[in-house]
Amino acid sequence: MDAAAFRRGVRDVSPLLLGIAPFGVVAGIAAANAGLSALQALGMSVIVFAGAAQLAALELVDQGAPFTIIVVTAVVINLRMLMYSASIAPYFQSFTARVKGGLAYLLTDQAYALSISRYRSTDGVDRVAYYLGAGGTLWLVWQITTLVGVFAQAGVPEALGLEFAVPLVFLALLVPAMEDGPTTVAGLVGGAVAVVAAGLPLNVGLLVGATAGILGGLAAETVLAVEATDGH
Amino acid sequence: MATSYGDPVVWALIVVIGVCTYGIRYSFIGLFGYLDEIPSRLERALRYVPAAVLAALVVPSFVTLTGTGLAVDKLVAGALATAVAWRTENVFATMAAGMGGLWLLRFGILPAL
Repeated sequence: MDAAAFRRGVRDVSPLLLGIAPFGVVAGIAAANAGLSALQALGMSVIVFAGAAQLAALELVDQGAPFTIIVVTAVVINLRMLMYSASIAPYFQSFTARVKGGLAYLLTDQAYALSISRYRSTDGVDRVAYYLGAGGTLWLVWQITTLVGVFAQAGVPEALGLEFAVPLVFLALLVPAMEDGPTTVAGLVGGAVAVVAAGLPLNVGLLVGATAGILGGLAAETVLAVEATDGH
Repeated sequence: MATSYGDPVVWALIVVIGVCTYGIRYSFIGLFGYLDEIPSRLERALRYVPAAVLAALVVPSFVTLTGTGLAVDKLVAGALATAVAWRTENVFATMAAGMGGLWLLRFGILPAL
């Protein structure tokens, strides 16, 4: 393995850790709030290793939502990784099944974004080494900060409302995700419908809101495309 | 606050979500050559997943009801954090604005009114 490529991956991911570390701490706090033990919180961060899905699942666990609803909600949130998997697959094509299986485990928003742009810009780069440098560092920081959050939660008074940090983390991710007309519509519709649907039984509000937002984005894309065609 | 789920159920939940998530990650990487490209209709829909899901997580946390009506502290702190997120796109700054705003309202301004 090419040590320089590995270090390059570590170096490229470093600035992103500033965003990941508070996210991990919040995931640990949320796990402790939802009644998970430290071992379960760490188990979740190791086995699931997907921040947004973990936080959404923990909120639903805290509310006592049905098992199936929690699983479906988490899966919908992680569906975006299908895109990453498809996009990065050609670059992993020549590796053995075992290596592919390991690399897939470390696939995250950040590892994908960094690696795909490095693979496209630098031809002879050691792909596995770079990916492990970026993805492995993220993994390690995620596990450590989860545990920090679990133990921090015990010392914080409830009145401080630390659980409010969860939507704040998502908010910081939401703004760049609303990058054009249709994605902005997807966000506005998703948020509005989720508020209205919050009182629905079985805690399906998040799922209903997210689905409505996706449909809203698709509808906006169609309308905007028609308008663009009409305008010329 | 504590969950009504027992230990085995929590572990089952973690494992089921983990297995599904791994399946999503492995899908095209593992089956490249067997699977063709993502169907274009699915790919279009996937583009809207992040914005739709994140907004559905965020907005109901800011617009919440208490026994007496709208929770003003969370609403105002959420609006403040939104403005900061918009300007900075920075996780730290957004959290600082939101938590700082919430504490200022909850312990400073609202009790004084």
